[in-house]
Amino acid sequence: MADRAIAAARGGALAAVRVPALREPLTILALAIIALFALGAVLATLIAPYDPLAQDLASRLAPPNAAHWLGTDQLGRDLLSRVLYGARISLVIGVVVVALAGVIGTAVGLVAGYAGGLVDEALMRLTEVFLAFPPLILAMAIAGALGPSLVNAIIAIAAVTWAVYARLARGQVLALRRREFVEAARAIGARRARILLRHLLPNAVAPLLVQASFDMGSAIVSAAGLSFIGFGAQPPTPEWGVMISEGRNFISTQLWLSLFPGLAILLTVGAFNLLGDALRDTLDPRLRRNQ
Amino acid sequence: MRFLAFLIRRLIGIAAVMIGVSVITFAISHVIPADPAVAALGDHATDEQIAAFRAEYKLDRPLPEQYLTYVNDLLHGDLGRSIRTRRSVADDLADSFPATFELSFTALLVSIVVGIPAGIWSAISRGRLPDVVVRVLALAGGSIPVFWLGLIVIGLGYYQLGWFPGGGRIDAFVAPPPLRTGLYVVDSLVAGDVEALRSSLIHLVLPALTLGYFSTAVITRMTRSSMLEVLGQDYMRTAEAKGLRERTVVLRHGLRNALIPTVTIIGLTFGSLLSGAVLTETIFSWPGLGRYATASAVSLDFPAVLGVTLLAAVVYPVANLVVDVAYYWLDPRIQRG
Repeated sequence: MADRAIAAARGGALAAVRVPALREPLTILALAIIALFALGAVLATLIAPYDPLAQDLASRLAPPNAAHWLGTDQLGRDLLSRVLYGARISLVIGVVVVALAGVIGTAVGLVAGYAGGLVDEALMRLTEVFLAFPPLILAMAIAGALGPSLVNAIIAIAAVTWAVYARLARGQVLALRRREFVEAARAIGARRARILLRHLLPNAVAPLLVQASFDMGSAIVSAAGLSFIGFGAQPPTPEWGVMISEGRNFISTQLWLSLFPGLAILLTVGAFNLLGDALRDTLDPRLRRNQ
Repeated sequence: MRFLAFLIRRLIGIAAVMIGVSVITFAISHVIPADPAVAALGDHATDEQIAAFRAEYKLDRPLPEQYLTYVNDLLHGDLGRSIRTRRSVADDLADSFPATFELSFTALLVSIVVGIPAGIWSAISRGRLPDVVVRVLALAGGSIPVFWLGLIVIGLGYYQLGWFPGGGRIDAFVAPPPLRTGLYVVDSLVAGDVEALRSSLIHLVLPALTLGYFSTAVITRMTRSSMLEVLGQDYMRTAEAKGLRERTVVLRHGLRNALIPTVTIIGLTFGSLLSGAVLTETIFSWPGLGRYATASAVSLDFPAVLGVTLLAAVVYPVANLVVDVAYYWLDPRIQRG
């Protein structure tokens, strides 16, 4: 799946740039980790050794062993199975947040950049307002207002994420809109929507992709953080933040309860950050010199 | 003169942003499906009790009127009354702010003191072992969930090693220093109270390191990349060719120019420090704004949650303004442009 994604990326949007950074060992490692977790998420029902919700009080709080590779929690649930199902939840959160925030933010940015004038001014002030809030605190207020649930946590995180895409997309449009190909499209009478979507958007997509990779990571961390303090997924959902929170009471004696879901977050988020670095280095020729 | 114009333009911008911020906090507090009246009074409250509660918190008026009342109260420093503590939110915030400030400031100090030298070291030894180590640590710092790091750090530093306390600002058996600034370290220094100073310092170690790791990573990465950019400049080669010592070249000619983007990023990490403080304080039972916010949010105490949200939204643009002013003095090119 990831291979096809790379192939698509190489042949598609990134075809115009040579992609040395995507061949670096660290980048390959990042892609491998993402592929591994994606695979685990997709195949969780097939490869998870146990039902993630099945309790087995006889073998509760077992340290990692042959039967339970990552041990069991306070209700005897298999941690490996829960971490695998957790990958499913976290990756979906990342994709949905980035899709929501990316589409809304990009749309706002394209309109602001192309329309200019008062519309631009008003929309950019709006993004400034959203950027003024520390993300977790605003997300907490929104998640609290809507009621604690995973869906509301996703809405809350998307609400604090979209503004960055708006600013990036607007910047790109401002840089591009006086270019010849846009003038040409306008001269042959292309409608505004067509110019925006078919001419400006494809050329503005590079920095948005970089941002999306970083935001996959930060959305996963934010969602886990919200779940940890009770504003996201609720127990007994096998979500990584929930699992860390449940392991909190056993931190003195059974460290693995919180350790493994946390490591899963660290690995996934680290991989998306590495990928974001690699994409940025590839797409920003000014930086490539220094790597 | 030009500086004054710049400052005024920025202040007007901040005022406009604040209006938007107030609209959003208002919208969050007044478009809530989870009913604060029911939450505060419990499921068994009578209709009269709920009506009385709504009247007290003005939840029964039309929205535009509620908004105007809301803004008017804000401008008078009235953030409402906390449903949970039954005290004025402004007083609650004033009481919790010093703890958060002490923690965040220490964390920021750690990140600057560690991050800038780490970034320089990484840049001048590019591709070699120190660079690899620093980059891996910085990558981890940018990816680690702060609440998890806090738990692990408590597990090791408190439960396993027993070197540090597991939470709080000061030992239970040590009297807090007489309140002046609300910063325990400063207050115990002023009072000359060695025991309180020792206790509050050792309580700061784990939470400050936990909270500071993320911003350390950000500052390290920014210093490294801007240092690398500067190292490639002609004037660096000139300085080296003149026979200056490497130390002088790197620190006097390189660092000065490399620091400009770093200063910007320090301002931008303020937001993440505040977000991180919420989780860090919750884990370390640190009695600051973050713990106040989570405790209030759990009991659907909207005036309190929005008080924190609003305060955070004011702090962030103001911090960025301070950075921009510093930037203005640091980089003469901006003054001309």
